[in-house]
Amino acid sequence: MKFAYFPGCSLKGLGRAYEESLLPVMRHLGLELEELDDWNCCGATAYMAVDEAKACVLAARNLALAERSGRDQLLAPCAACYLVLNKTKHYFHDYPAMKATIDRALAAVDLAYAGDTAVRHPLDVLVNDVGLDAIRQKVVRPLRGLKVATYYGCQLVRPYATFDDPYNPVTMDRLVEALGATVVRYPLKTKCCGGSLTGTVPEAGIRMVYILLNEARKRGADCLATVCPLCQFNLDAYHAQVRSEYGDVIVPTVYFTQLMGLAFGLPEKQLGLHRAAVPLRWRPPVPEVAHA
Amino acid sequence: MVSLKPEIRIGFYVCHCGHNIASMVDCADVAAYVGQLPGVVLARDYKYMCSDPGQELIQKDIAEFGLNRVVVASCSPLLHEHTFRAAVAAGGLNPFLFHMVNIREHASWVHTDRAAATAKAKVLARAAIRRAALARELPQRQIPINPGVLVVGGGIAGIHAALTLAEAGKHVWLIEREASIGGHMAKFDKTFPTLDCAACILTPKMSAVGAHPNITLWSHSDVVQVDGYVGNYTVKVRRRPRYVNEELCTGCQECIGNCIYKEPKFPDEFNEGLGKRKPIHIPFPQATPQVVLIDPQVCLNFKRGVLTDRCKKTCVEACGDRKAIDFTQKEETKEIQVGAIIVATGFKPFDVRRVPQYGYGTYPNVYTALEVERLVNASGPTAGEIVLRDGRRPSAIAIIHCVGSRDKKTNRWCSRVCCMYSMKLAHLLKEHSGAELYNFYIDIRAPGKGYEEFYDKLNEEGVHFIRGRVGEVTDWAMIPEEEGKLVIRVEDTLAGVVRRIPVDMVVLATGLEPHADAQAVRRLFNMSCGTEGFFLERHPKLAPVSTFTDGVYIAGCCQGPRDIPDTVAQAGAAAAEALALIDRGHILQEPNTAHVLADCSGCKSCLPLCPYTAIGFDEATHQAVINEALCKGCGTCVAACPSGSIGQHLFEDDEVFSEIEGLLTADPEPTPALAATP
Repeated sequence: MKFAYFPGCSLKGLGRAYEESLLPVMRHLGLELEELDDWNCCGATAYMAVDEAKACVLAARNLALAERSGRDQLLAPCAACYLVLNKTKHYFHDYPAMKATIDRALAAVDLAYAGDTAVRHPLDVLVNDVGLDAIRQKVVRPLRGLKVATYYGCQLVRPYATFDDPYNPVTMDRLVEALGATVVRYPLKTKCCGGSLTGTVPEAGIRMVYILLNEARKRGADCLATVCPLCQFNLDAYHAQVRSEYGDVIVPTVYFTQLMGLAFGLPEKQLGLHRAAVPLRWRPPVPEVAHA
Repeated sequence: MVSLKPEIRIGFYVCHCGHNIASMVDCADVAAYVGQLPGVVLARDYKYMCSDPGQELIQKDIAEFGLNRVVVASCSPLLHEHTFRAAVAAGGLNPFLFHMVNIREHASWVHTDRAAATAKAKVLARAAIRRAALARELPQRQIPINPGVLVVGGGIAGIHAALTLAEAGKHVWLIEREASIGGHMAKFDKTFPTLDCAACILTPKMSAVGAHPNITLWSHSDVVQVDGYVGNYTVKVRRRPRYVNEELCTGCQECIGNCIYKEPKFPDEFNEGLGKRKPIHIPFPQATPQVVLIDPQVCLNFKRGVLTDRCKKTCVEACGDRKAIDFTQKEETKEIQVGAIIVATGFKPFDVRRVPQYGYGTYPNVYTALEVERLVNASGPTAGEIVLRDGRRPSAIAIIHCVGSRDKKTNRWCSRVCCMYSMKLAHLLKEHSGAELYNFYIDIRAPGKGYEEFYDKLNEEGVHFIRGRVGEVTDWAMIPEEEGKLVIRVEDTLAGVVRRIPVDMVVLATGLEPHADAQAVRRLFNMSCGTEGFFLERHPKLAPVSTFTDGVYIAGCCQGPRDIPDTVAQAGAAAAEALALIDRGHILQEPNTAHVLADCSGCKSCLPLCPYTAIGFDEATHQAVINEALCKGCGTCVAACPSGSIGQHLFEDDEVFSEIEGLLTADPEPTPALAATP
């Protein structure tokens, strides 16, 4: 399986641990990712709120580049990129005025978008295309004993419930269980991480981070697993502020791809685990060698 | 019998239907156009052709102008063909010299361009004129009606309809899928707004059904095939084995006490799985018929439904000389003849697992409303004590309205009964447990006799009403008071705040939806379904219990959500309609039968094709012979005859071809809009 790959700004910056763990995991499962040549901002963040048309044009350029690359599927690991690319595709098909705007803008730079590229999230591809059986076969160090709170955030399944239930997504739960870990029931799995509020209205943002971390701790989770760089950042970077406001709630937050890498026995240095402010110290037990 | 008069004199009438047609079709223009077509003696436009003056106009014109054909351009023949045929007959013509053309549903209602709609109406009228010129006089046949009635579904609707008909002296076959009649109502504790006990008012009617000499009750049975037509339906019913002989079982239930299972072990369907039953059981104490049944999926004498004869059969010992238990009982198919059918198959409660945010299945203390009906019932699994699944007694209870109703993600319709039954359950739960009760609603819908007053009463009793659709039910506690509780997260749209309300028990007021197999049942009885899947009535206001198939009526929640009073009223109406049909004694049959022409070559290809075995073969003349009493006018043989030697009354080749020519012919008067269409 070959995919066009759209890293987006996060996976090259603050969320680089996501890319660092994603690429070897995908390679290990025989999936080829071909990074889009000359990609640009996906259109998320403030763009969408300020000028929807401009945001969609930005996203559409990436979709057009993916089409030109000849791949019919575009992999977007960041939940925000995934949402904006999907949203643009929906708008392109549903709103003729938006389609005209996009067509006009792309034509100005000799690009065209037909509207066919499938926008996929790695979680969807791994569970629904590769399959849990294939993943289980690659597990050499089962995450036995690790209790994980699966945290999907707000954007992956909303508003477009493309591959999972918008209220109660379970895809990551099944994946994490296939790795040998235990999933703790986490009722806040789609609650907002605070988004950019941690920067703009810190008292509100920090409170949201605290709620998520505190509930994970109360449920006995050893870590939170996430699919989104912004979620990971918010849950990882504000422990000091949470401590001064509410007291210590130390729970590390990792990308689901990092857990996969650990279970696959990939070299730790490749997985970017050290980049977190509150890194996951837990390591899977070394399996006993079968007696001859 | 074919008699073509030498001169064709057609009278044409175009109806305004008030504004229904006239607003989009220039009726005077259509009349002027048709007036100059060959054979047309007069053409008029008139405001309401179906009115008495409209019909009298036709009769007067027949006499005055010597008309021998009449064409009316108006609504659907389904609505008024009968009216106009009668008017033409009253004017002294054979009713089949009348032809109707639909320019309302086929033109004015479906177009927005007046010129194009007018042009289309002219073309449709022209085709009808051409066809009418060739119409023949035909005799009308009478067919006797079988006075028996089939009632499908033994809930309160089917029970009431069956009893009404039986009291009127008609024989009724009541078919019920479950082991006992009673339906959902039998599970209810009390009924709103009067709070009378559901069982107390239902069970006398159930026993009346069981005892009535005019009612044949077949429970644990399904209708599998329906053939025939109004007045003469042949119905096949599959009677599933209950492994107990209904004639011999006395309902003493000694077998249940002596079952090899000392304790009930399997989920009890009647108590919504909250209680347990044995493999041999009776659905509930007042079940009708009072006959036990064996569940072969769990009975030790079977393995996964297949007889093994490995059990000690203590039940058979207990039954003794009555010899009612019969492990070898097989499925049976019975055939019955009836004249009319009432479909009263009811509804299915919405599957609450489709809204995972309300936590059913995740949190044990989240219940469906039907489960709570059993929980508050004195004969229910807890004898009416409000004991939760985890053994606790609640001090605060939430009732969430509109679960699977008024929701674009699940079902869009209002289920009509949930507001009222939620308030009833609130009253009962408060009475039984003393807990604080919170109702979360979008709008309170209490439009019935005594319903609004019941809402007032609940307010006075101190039941809380919070307006807002609940976001989620969660065990995520933010403060110590919420620990161990279920927290309702909701926007209180009257106070304008998001609230968190901790409770011990949550009741989901599930909506009503069509049965999963509604489409199969619809096909069985040749009915239609609305977009939401409930069976479609013939007319939403004026024919609410009739269907588009003559002789098939609907009653109760299979037609749409409704409460018990409305269901009973509708069941009575369906019974009355069925009575009106069968007491007429006969029906007039459309003379659309097939007939063999002189040049039949005797190839016999039509014989095996006829679905009604109406075609025989005369060895003497070496020709096919059609029995017109059996022919239903399906036209299969007409189309299949290789030599074109079978004709069909009302649909003769020349009539149909003429009509098609009328549609397609080039016309001296330009019809711009149609010409522009490729």
